[in-house]
Amino acid sequence: MNPIQVEDAPSLQERLRRTARTVRIHALQMVHHSKLGHPGGDLSSADILVTLYLAIMKIDPRDPAWPDRDRFIMSKGHCSAALYATLAAAGILEEQALQTFMDPLSMLNGHPDRNKVPGVEANTGPLGHGLPIAVGCALAARMRKASWRTFVLTGDGELQEGSNWEAALCAAQYGLDNLVLIIDRNRIQQGDFTEAIIKLNPLAEKWRAFGWQVVEVDGHDYDDLQRVLRSAPQVLGKPTCIIANTVKGRGVSFMENSPKWHHRVPSDAELAAAVDELMKDEL
Amino acid sequence: MNDGAVNSAETFDCRVAFASTLDEMAEGDERVCAVVNDSVGSTKLKGFRDRFPDRFVNVGIAEQNMVGASAGLANGGMIPFCCGASCFLTARSMEQVKVDLGYAKNNVKLCGMSSGMAYGELGPTHHSIEDLAWTRVIPNLTVIVPADPVETRAAMLWAKDHVGPVFLRISRMPVPRLFADGYVFEPGKAAVLRQGNDVALLANGVMVVRALEAAARLHERGIEARVLNMSSMSPIDREAVIRAAKETRGIVTAEEASVYGGLGGAVAEIVADEHPVRVKRLGVPGVFAPTGNAEFLLAHFGLTAEGIEKAAVDLLHLGTGQ
Repeated sequence: MNPIQVEDAPSLQERLRRTARTVRIHALQMVHHSKLGHPGGDLSSADILVTLYLAIMKIDPRDPAWPDRDRFIMSKGHCSAALYATLAAAGILEEQALQTFMDPLSMLNGHPDRNKVPGVEANTGPLGHGLPIAVGCALAARMRKASWRTFVLTGDGELQEGSNWEAALCAAQYGLDNLVLIIDRNRIQQGDFTEAIIKLNPLAEKWRAFGWQVVEVDGHDYDDLQRVLRSAPQVLGKPTCIIANTVKGRGVSFMENSPKWHHRVPSDAELAAAVDELMKDEL
Repeated sequence: MNDGAVNSAETFDCRVAFASTLDEMAEGDERVCAVVNDSVGSTKLKGFRDRFPDRFVNVGIAEQNMVGASAGLANGGMIPFCCGASCFLTARSMEQVKVDLGYAKNNVKLCGMSSGMAYGELGPTHHSIEDLAWTRVIPNLTVIVPADPVETRAAMLWAKDHVGPVFLRISRMPVPRLFADGYVFEPGKAAVLRQGNDVALLANGVMVVRALEAAARLHERGIEARVLNMSSMSPIDREAVIRAAKETRGIVTAEEASVYGGLGGAVAEIVADEHPVRVKRLGVPGVFAPTGNAEFLLAHFGLTAEGIEKAAVDLLHLGTGQ
């Protein structure tokens, strides 16, 4: 992995930007290394992940199982490279481990295993599992009169799984205002654009109709993301749904907004070009 | 040990013991909570709901969310007892059971109520005869089929203190009390309920009392049957099965479940690996049951004392070439 130079005491904004760049580069290197992965979604979710881990969540990198930690459930477990790279950037996972992504007997499976990887809360991969688990985490906080919050990141195509809507009804019924759902709305799933496969729009209206407080943000704008993540819940007694509008493949021009990069593996030349572009890009 | 003399005059619905034990555990441990799928009545948890409203979650008719949310409750340090009719709980949420519980090792106690063919006339949609095959193959998931109310309570007490996922299969069919107070459930242990070396009768759940009755009838014919309570389906007591294979002339298994993949399947796997002997598997033979009440259906498939007796006699005759 390329070490990234970090200057002294950068602003939080600058730290988020640089860390997200590192996460993007590491994720692409990992996918290139294992010849497997989902680079498009890794890149669309990187800014959300980095904002959560560096600016929002109450966690202790030295004690990832601290009982009162905020919970983060990575429901789109296929974007494990971005998750692992973020955990490394947050100091929860040894950065060296990233080099073993999907190697035989590596702790870093193609989809995360909470029993092997520190900081992973749920074994995801099959879609539609994260939101129900997050509902349970939020219910547990209430039962235990604890103040932790639960964050869950889903893909958008993933919302075609019915289990999400079972959980959506439940979260509203129980008024889980300690639960924050973030939808990585990159508008592309494995086979095509979401709206060409099974329409999700009008997405915000759907969540509102299910009883959630809905906020739409630019999922690559750190100020936007921090503001809404800090202010949740905006309405007491309602779970929060953040529709983070993102670009699949964000940061690498030839990967952006292209269904084929859902799980295409970059060649040596493509990886070099992508890293070059990310290093130059000031976004 | 049990002399096989079952007092069948008084019978019990194991769900009653289930509900009272859950109350008792919740009273003593604030981590214990219940999750149901609009099944308050059929799980007999009205009392729990009224007594512990803050630790009672009704997710509505939504089994995937029920199991996933239970995994999340476990992540948050609770000990959820996730209760629903076994047919829906297992079939509808199988991937959550596999991934969120088995693979992720979340500390959830799945309680499959009214299992087997207890729903009788409601038909195959409501029968849960596949659940043992489905759950037994999932690593880390302990699978328990209690035989009476005492074992139901003992298994629940064990499950609460065991850190890891457990599937408890709780019947609603009336069964007599087989075990004495103070009975302790041990995972991976088959209790020998009756000694005998002619034939071995291995049963679980509602079939255990029928196996004991069959053993008594076989005794009248001069055949001494060993009866094992195979309540611990996973882990299973391999040694007890191997001893039965070595020390008797054949094994009859009896379960209120499909003959494929459940107790009969597990026993056949073990003896095929370790000590091949003749095994007769009694259960539902790969069909959807016809219409009829639970007792009718058990009789229809030979899941009675008489049916087990006949299977044992046939097995011994086959074994000796008679």
